Amino acid sequence: MNAIVSYLKSLALVELANGMRLTGKRMFSRKITIQYPEEKTPQSARFRGLHALRRYPNGEERCIACKLCEAVCPAVAITIESEPRDDGTRRTSLYDIDLTKCIFCGFCEESCPVDAIVETRHFEYHGEVRGDLLMTKQKLLAHGDRMEAQIAADRVAEARYR
Amino acid sequence: MNEWLLAQAPFLPPTVAAVLVILFKIVLIVAPLMVCVAYLTLAERKVIGYMQVRLGPNRVKLFGLNFTRGLGQPIADALKLMTKEIIVPSGANKFLFLAAPILALAPALAAWAVVPFGAEMTLANINAGLLYILALTSLGVYGIIIAGWASNSKYAFLGAMRSAAQIVSYEIAMGFALVCVLVAAGSLNLGEIVEAQRGNLLTWFWVPLFPMWLIYFISGVAETNRAPFDVSEGESEIVAGFHVEYAGMAFALFFLAEYANMILIAGLTAVLFFGGWLSPFPAAWGEWPVVGMLIGDGIHWFLFKLSFFLFCFLWFRATFPRYRYDQIMRLGWKVFLPITIVWIVVTAVAVLLELPPWFDRA
Repeated sequence: MNAIVSYLKSLALVELANGMRLTGKRMFSRKITIQYPEEKTPQSARFRGLHALRRYPNGEERCIACKLCEAVCPAVAITIESEPRDDGTRRTSLYDIDLTKCIFCGFCEESCPVDAIVETRHFEYHGEVRGDLLMTKQKLLAHGDRMEAQIAADRVAEARYR
Repeated sequence: MNEWLLAQAPFLPPTVAAVLVILFKIVLIVAPLMVCVAYLTLAERKVIGYMQVRLGPNRVKLFGLNFTRGLGQPIADALKLMTKEIIVPSGANKFLFLAAPILALAPALAAWAVVPFGAEMTLANINAGLLYILALTSLGVYGIIIAGWASNSKYAFLGAMRSAAQIVSYEIAMGFALVCVLVAAGSLNLGEIVEAQRGNLLTWFWVPLFPMWLIYFISGVAETNRAPFDVSEGESEIVAGFHVEYAGMAFALFFLAEYANMILIAGLTAVLFFGGWLSPFPAAWGEWPVVGMLIGDGIHWFLFKLSFFLFCFLWFRATFPRYRYDQIMRLGWKVFLPITIVWIVVTAVAVLLELPPWFDRA
């Protein structure tokens, strides 16, 4: 009996009509499209976008060339070389992040003992010539200087979860 | 209209004038058709977008006017396709490769010659109109097969084979459904088929031939390789099927052919089962002043019905997932074919008994 009913149902296109009723109804429902350049979705304070190197308030760079980020990076996107500075402290002489390799996992940020390398909320960038997406130390520090206010605020907001 | 057009140029020899009149009518059909195809692509993206709770294309404006958001999209697409290079693969047969898109598009346009837009509005009012339509819609498959073969590519070839088998299968069910129509109308002439449906909403052939209407329309969706029967393109399985190697205007011709075929199937469904240009309201209402023009018979009813069926094409695509290939074959051969054969007998008996209100030949 059930077999006959389901046979007649499929012959009468019942399920197809149900599907079409659903799409027909959705056609008149409120659209959820975000029109990107004019509208933007809310962003988390933990958003992992373009990297930056931070400085202390007195202008001293935070990175001490411990190379933990280089070791933890699963995509091997970070290259660091270090040497003692004139005042005897160890600093990086080379700090490159290859953004074409980076997978934006945030491990570098997690591993950093001095909160030097961070991923900022900035994600709208592009490269026009080869090498534009290779972030050098200068570029990373400059980006950190630009975004410092937001970076610091995000760290404060997230402090109680860390 | 013929006499008026011929009278415009009395200095031309009559044969030349007659040819010019025919050319003028062809332009009158093909030019709006091309515009419709262009805007159908936009309509498709918009309708499917809306059904998926999205907005669809809304960036390209016409003349910078804000309310035309999205309306410039087909024009931008057409310009892009026209300026792109037509790449011919080195392993391809160049002549067949370039002939295939033309073979796909030409029948889709030529079939419009016999479609009756209104009581006297047919380019070629031939007696075997239905046969002509069947013949030309079958020809379209050659474009697809040749495209797949000439590309010399696995995916294109697979797509072409799928499409050929599918179109051949559904042609039979479609043909039998049309046999029912011609038994019911007693004519192969499309204009006379429409006249045979004269009356009101319920005397149109979709009531006595209801299963045939469904089968014709579903077979039409399969014939045009549209979702849910788009295995010949199957972008998730065989990339883009038969037109995977095509670029630029050669690709655009396949696109035009597919959409022109969609419009044709929608128009034929309106003509064969929904009374073409006939109005659903009683004839007396057509005599009313002012609104009588709109309520009475006319080309606008044909276009309205055509648009509705076109919308159904888009609706199907937004709703149904693609058929598995063996299910397509099962549906065509084991479901549609038996039903159509049974219904031919039913229709024949009904016509023999002169069953009112459809078949009582007063």
